[in-house]
Amino acid sequence: MIAALRKELLLQWRTRAQAIAVFVFGATSLLLFSFAIGPNASALRQHAAGFLWLALLLSSTLTLAESFHAEMEHRALEGLLLLPTSPRAIYYGKAIANWLQLALLGIALVPITVVLYDAATPRLGSLILIILLGTAGISAPGTLYSAMTSQTTRGKQMLLPLLLFPLIVPVLLAAARATSLLILGDPMEQTASWLRLLAAFDAIYWSLCGLLFDRVVEE
Amino acid sequence: MTPNHRFPRAPYALLALGVILLLLGSYLGLFVAPPEHFMGDVQRIMYVHVPTAWNALLAMTFALVCAIAFLFRGDFRWDARMEAAIEVGVLLAFLLCCQGAIWAKPTWGVWWDWDPRLTTTAVLLFAFIGILALRRFVDDPVRRATWSAVATIIAYADVPIVYYSVTWWNSLHQLQSSPATVSKSFHLPLRMNAFAILFLMTGFIMLRARLASLRLEHELAPPPHELDAVGELA
Repeated sequence: MIAALRKELLLQWRTRAQAIAVFVFGATSLLLFSFAIGPNASALRQHAAGFLWLALLLSSTLTLAESFHAEMEHRALEGLLLLPTSPRAIYYGKAIANWLQLALLGIALVPITVVLYDAATPRLGSLILIILLGTAGISAPGTLYSAMTSQTTRGKQMLLPLLLFPLIVPVLLAAARATSLLILGDPMEQTASWLRLLAAFDAIYWSLCGLLFDRVVEE
Repeated sequence: MTPNHRFPRAPYALLALGVILLLLGSYLGLFVAPPEHFMGDVQRIMYVHVPTAWNALLAMTFALVCAIAFLFRGDFRWDARMEAAIEVGVLLAFLLCCQGAIWAKPTWGVWWDWDPRLTTTAVLLFAFIGILALRRFVDDPVRRATWSAVATIIAYADVPIVYYSVTWWNSLHQLQSSPATVSKSFHLPLRMNAFAILFLMTGFIMLRARLASLRLEHELAPPPHELDAVGELA
């Protein structure tokens, strides 16, 4: 698994132009959302957390859709599966790599959100924790579905969001609420319960998807 | 697998029984049962709404059972049943959302509300439509069956999480209706319609599963020229 993770991270480092492109995509969508709301400073601040997570979610489909790209060329996936490791190790390696990439993307989008929406928060540590938990929730099922959709011959671009978006409604909801509470203040101390919800989602899907992955890639 | 080529009597009998029961139950619900104290006649949609909700959940749960059974047994009959259950479940969930909206407009004053059960149904509906789309885009029957079984399990596991997250987020819906929370005079039409929709659903699932397994049989059969080759070798 460590080897699989190293391979993924190396691959992502070598194709960092792609990560930068995804970041620019996320930043552009943040800019577009603000145009949709209009230049009302308080409304922008109100919706900043939701927009940050929407931008992250939209960008994540790009990252995830690309994540099995290398394996599809020259049938490299079959070669990987022939190695004396379980497919589970491949899955976790890839999912962790996707998670790190998405978490970095999320952290990189925070300053853009702060500048565009005037949405600063003093509790940076909590914000990073929310981003880590939220992106973990996106990447676990996202990696599994990406393995499926990149093996289909038709409808690749359509299927991934179609399958993924309904599934991660709780992640989007909990992460956006928790972030919003950080930005707008949390008089009722609710952030912790949203974080627990995110952690529960992550625990369920990181184990469930790991269990099911070998059924997805087996011939 | 050997799908039955005879005329399927049982599902048609169930469908007929379901239609008759639905007519009877709706008649009782619309004309015989007393109007509800606070909501008046609007409440009468409960006689179809609540049974639809129960049966939609039942169909989706059956799809989950089929998915698990397929992954463990590898029997394509479970795949056919799963396809049927997902389709009927999607239909029922869609009807559920429509009925809910029709009820909500005069009662709450809005078509849609971000209530846990409403939202969970909508999420479930979209998740299962996604699985149906996945089935359309995968041509290989083995992959299609395995992947949609995996996706069904993953989508179903999401239901309680969506429910709790939306409950914390916002809540307005009525408490669940069950015969225990409803006055006696409402029981009969409610139960009748519940069984009516159950029979209709079972009939549809049986017919649709039969269609799916006939299609699968066609897909899994070796192409004609290979059959000839086998014949020559023998």
